[in-house]
Amino acid sequence: MQALDRKLLRDFKRLWKQAFAISMVLACGVAILLTALGMYKALSDTRETYYERNRFAEVFSAVQRAPDRLAAELAAIDGVWAVETRAVGNTVLDIPGSDVSATARILSLPVDGAPRLNVPIVKTGRLPNPSATNEVMVNANFAIANGFGLGDYFFANLNGQKRALTITGTAQSPEFIYTIGPGAIMPDNATFGIIWMPQPAVAAAFDMTGAFNDVSLTLTAGAQTVNVIDAVDRLLDPYGSLGAYGRDLHPSDSFIDAEIKQLRTMASILPPIFFGISAFLVSMVMGRIIALERSQIGLLKAVGYSDLEICLHYLMLAGLIAILGIAIGWFTGGWLARLLASQYAQYFDFPFLIFSTSPWVYAVSGIAALLTTTLGAAQAAIKAARLAPAIAMQPPAPPQFKRSLIDRAMVAAKLSQPTIMILRSLLRWPVRSALTTLGLALAVSTIVSPSFFDYALDKIVDSAFYESARQDAMLVLSHEMPENVLGTAAALPAVLQVEGQQYHPVILRNGNHEKRTSIQASRPNTDLSRVIDSDGKQINAPPGGVVLTDRLAAHLRVGVGDQVDAKFLGGRQETHALTVTGTVEQYFGIGAYMDLEYANQLLRQSTRISLVNVSLNDAEVTDLHARLKDIPNLVGIVMMTDTRRSFSETIEQSIGVMNTVYIVIALLITIGVTYNGARIQLSERSRELASLRILGFTRAEVSYILIGETMLLSVLAQPLGWWIGAVIATAMANGFSSDLYSMPLVLHPAIFAKASFVVLLASFGSVMLVRRRLDKQNLVSVMKVRE
Amino acid sequence: MFKPPEPARLSKEKIPKYKASRVPETIFRTQGVTKVYQTGAVKVFALAGVDLSLYAGELTVLLGPSGSGKSTLLNILGGLDHATEGRVWFRDLELTNMPDRGLTRYRRDHVGFVFQFYNLVPSLTARENVQLVTDVSLDPMPAEEALALVGLGARMDHFPSEMSGGEQQRVAIARAIAKRPEILLCDEPTGALDSTTGVQVLEVLQDINERFGTTTVIITHNAEIQRMAHRVIQFQDGKISSVSTNEHRLEPAQIVW
Repeated sequence: MQALDRKLLRDFKRLWKQAFAISMVLACGVAILLTALGMYKALSDTRETYYERNRFAEVFSAVQRAPDRLAAELAAIDGVWAVETRAVGNTVLDIPGSDVSATARILSLPVDGAPRLNVPIVKTGRLPNPSATNEVMVNANFAIANGFGLGDYFFANLNGQKRALTITGTAQSPEFIYTIGPGAIMPDNATFGIIWMPQPAVAAAFDMTGAFNDVSLTLTAGAQTVNVIDAVDRLLDPYGSLGAYGRDLHPSDSFIDAEIKQLRTMASILPPIFFGISAFLVSMVMGRIIALERSQIGLLKAVGYSDLEICLHYLMLAGLIAILGIAIGWFTGGWLARLLASQYAQYFDFPFLIFSTSPWVYAVSGIAALLTTTLGAAQAAIKAARLAPAIAMQPPAPPQFKRSLIDRAMVAAKLSQPTIMILRSLLRWPVRSALTTLGLALAVSTIVSPSFFDYALDKIVDSAFYESARQDAMLVLSHEMPENVLGTAAALPAVLQVEGQQYHPVILRNGNHEKRTSIQASRPNTDLSRVIDSDGKQINAPPGGVVLTDRLAAHLRVGVGDQVDAKFLGGRQETHALTVTGTVEQYFGIGAYMDLEYANQLLRQSTRISLVNVSLNDAEVTDLHARLKDIPNLVGIVMMTDTRRSFSETIEQSIGVMNTVYIVIALLITIGVTYNGARIQLSERSRELASLRILGFTRAEVSYILIGETMLLSVLAQPLGWWIGAVIATAMANGFSSDLYSMPLVLHPAIFAKASFVVLLASFGSVMLVRRRLDKQNLVSVMKVRE
Repeated sequence: MFKPPEPARLSKEKIPKYKASRVPETIFRTQGVTKVYQTGAVKVFALAGVDLSLYAGELTVLLGPSGSGKSTLLNILGGLDHATEGRVWFRDLELTNMPDRGLTRYRRDHVGFVFQFYNLVPSLTARENVQLVTDVSLDPMPAEEALALVGLGARMDHFPSEMSGGEQQRVAIARAIAKRPEILLCDEPTGALDSTTGVQVLEVLQDINERFGTTTVIITHNAEIQRMAHRVIQFQDGKISSVSTNEHRLEPAQIVW
């Protein structure tokens, strides 16, 4: 090993604390890049492979009742590779030993064996015997959540008949990577299950003999999905089609897709911030090292080392910092990605996980980190190489301070000498002061920007669950029923109050703008499920028109007074022109609202409802569940109290984790910036501070200069950090808003207070660590050392 | 345009006794060397026209008060700095307008430096500090040999902070001679040392000069040291004020200050 390389390693060893602080910031960038890209790749590869292996369909449609012969016509559509028709239905379950009522979606299995599309993976046991009427296979998570084993049974209401069904196997399916029950907004494996049952048994139960009500198709390579969807709609429309759709609208797939896209966004936004801060820190530290090693650089040049060799020597020092950061980043990133990916696999119910962080992900993150540190060190290294040897060996000229207006102001303000020293030094190196402030501001913004979620979700929950959806439970009916069913519902145990609602799946069109959604029709001035605008005012859709949520209106490019065409899916497939009588700002969904009587008049039918909202007497809820298990016409029971609780719990948990992660990140940035800044300051000022001590200044007075400069910059960073945080939060709120919900931007003062508290405390802690070195300084030796 | 120094002038300079038998080889020659430092509006003449020749194997002492231009001349001779005006030759090699790359090469191959403040790399041991030079030289002696020559064979693995000032300076000398340089340029080598340690350092320098015939230039403002030189050049205000030859050189041990 060459002597110069040995110097490199010893310098690195001496600077390890500073190097480590920078490496940690760099490691954050590398780890996040690796985690996000690794998980992005793991999730998309896993999804891709799962879909391909299990032949997940590409076009789906529900229909009321289509004859079996239509299957051949569907298969003949240009671009269709395979077709599978099924009978499906929803049902209420009675699980022995459980107080709570559960619901399930039943899917038929073809008589000739396993399905050709959307093939379930049998996890345990076997498929039901095709001729059996009481054998089923259930999704594995439902079995686990309810403690079912093979051979266990539960009861299901199959078209008015309560039957015992025996579990012969458990399975996972590409259709249900994310499983959510009718009317629910959160997945709950205990109360919603998927049941596979032989076709004849399902057909008998749902009156589908010789017919189907669900179709899945895969396409040939190069086929246009839109064309196939149109062709499927044309064939199925006469039979009450609910409209065909592609994978992008499939509930399970679109949810995973949103998650995968989020990972990609994360990979592109966060790491550059960390790399930028690392580059700045490296440049600051290298600049100082070169100032300190001036005479050594002069010597190296004097003995014949070339500019390039000296430049490389200092670049390699930065390179070592990068290597340490990359190593830590790769290690934690690889571990985190694997851990999180396996958690995702569980959350999303993937049967396997393809986790192979490809070398390019490592390479990209490593090269990015190496490049930024090199860039950060480049200026200092070039400066070192350019130092003229004769000048380098002389002590540097004292930094030039100039008298300015500010100086006069400082004198006029009768500031103390130490305060003037602090301010002069900040003004003398304005770029460094500005970048330090920016670095700390970014730390503040790291805490501010994600914190708004907490408050935003609170507001959403408040508005959605306490202002708008105030019912204790929703009873989803198997089909539309006359309004007098409310009387039956009111007679159920625990029920205090009942209100009916009707849901119409529709496609709304204005010219070439269209959206698939559902119209919610109810009587005016309902109490349990209300339409609330952003001001908290109840909105009633007047007869003769439709009220749209503002996002839906914007999507369709319509305003109040305009007309939209509504194609009512299912039933007679009628299209009616509706006048937009109002728009309403809402956080959840892209719903449309109509008056119940008007909607039914339009469809020329007596007033019907498809859902009953109830308020309950808590003491009798168990009795209610016991009764619900026996009611044949129910397909879904959503206990809103449970939903509210699990929604809040899930959010609190994920926000808790997220906030912790961001606080750790902010701490790493703050420590990286302030610790290095203070160390450099101490090194630059050691003679100055020692002189002051010799002149009779106390430790506290001298510390004031050191701490004052850092803390002044920290304080200055706060408003900037708040502002950057608010800008990022706004971008995030916009980014997270989708069809599903819009994210309100709630910037509560407590968010800013928390961020400032964390960052100021961390800066203070870091500078105090450096201050301890001041105590250890030997005054005489410091004065003797030649700069 | 190069003009050879006038013969008359050459004859005026006394040829050193130890090589009286033959015409000494000229190692350095300068012609009207001027160095101006510009600080703001003020021009400072560090050197104001220096004509000088230094001969092979000679031990020359440059004497003069602070700011008289000694170090500036040494830096220019050593290829650390350029003259503002005038010309400089090392043998037949003109250093005057040599680009940086050439000067680096020149320093690496021919020159050894010793500085007042040693300029050792604190993170390297004595041996490693010497290796810093042997790593980049063409035909160096082993670092251990160089250190043995300066009497530090037993302290090779000590860091600068573990050595006395005299020892550190001897490491610096070992570092300078390890490449077997033709010229050894010493800027106040005893300036930071007490008299006893200073004498030890001078003994080493004299030993090297005699043993290897290395042309040695020592800058000092300590007038006593001139008594060990072959030739003494006095500086005053950026110019040579006098040149004298020692008929009777003293051994460093006989020098006291």
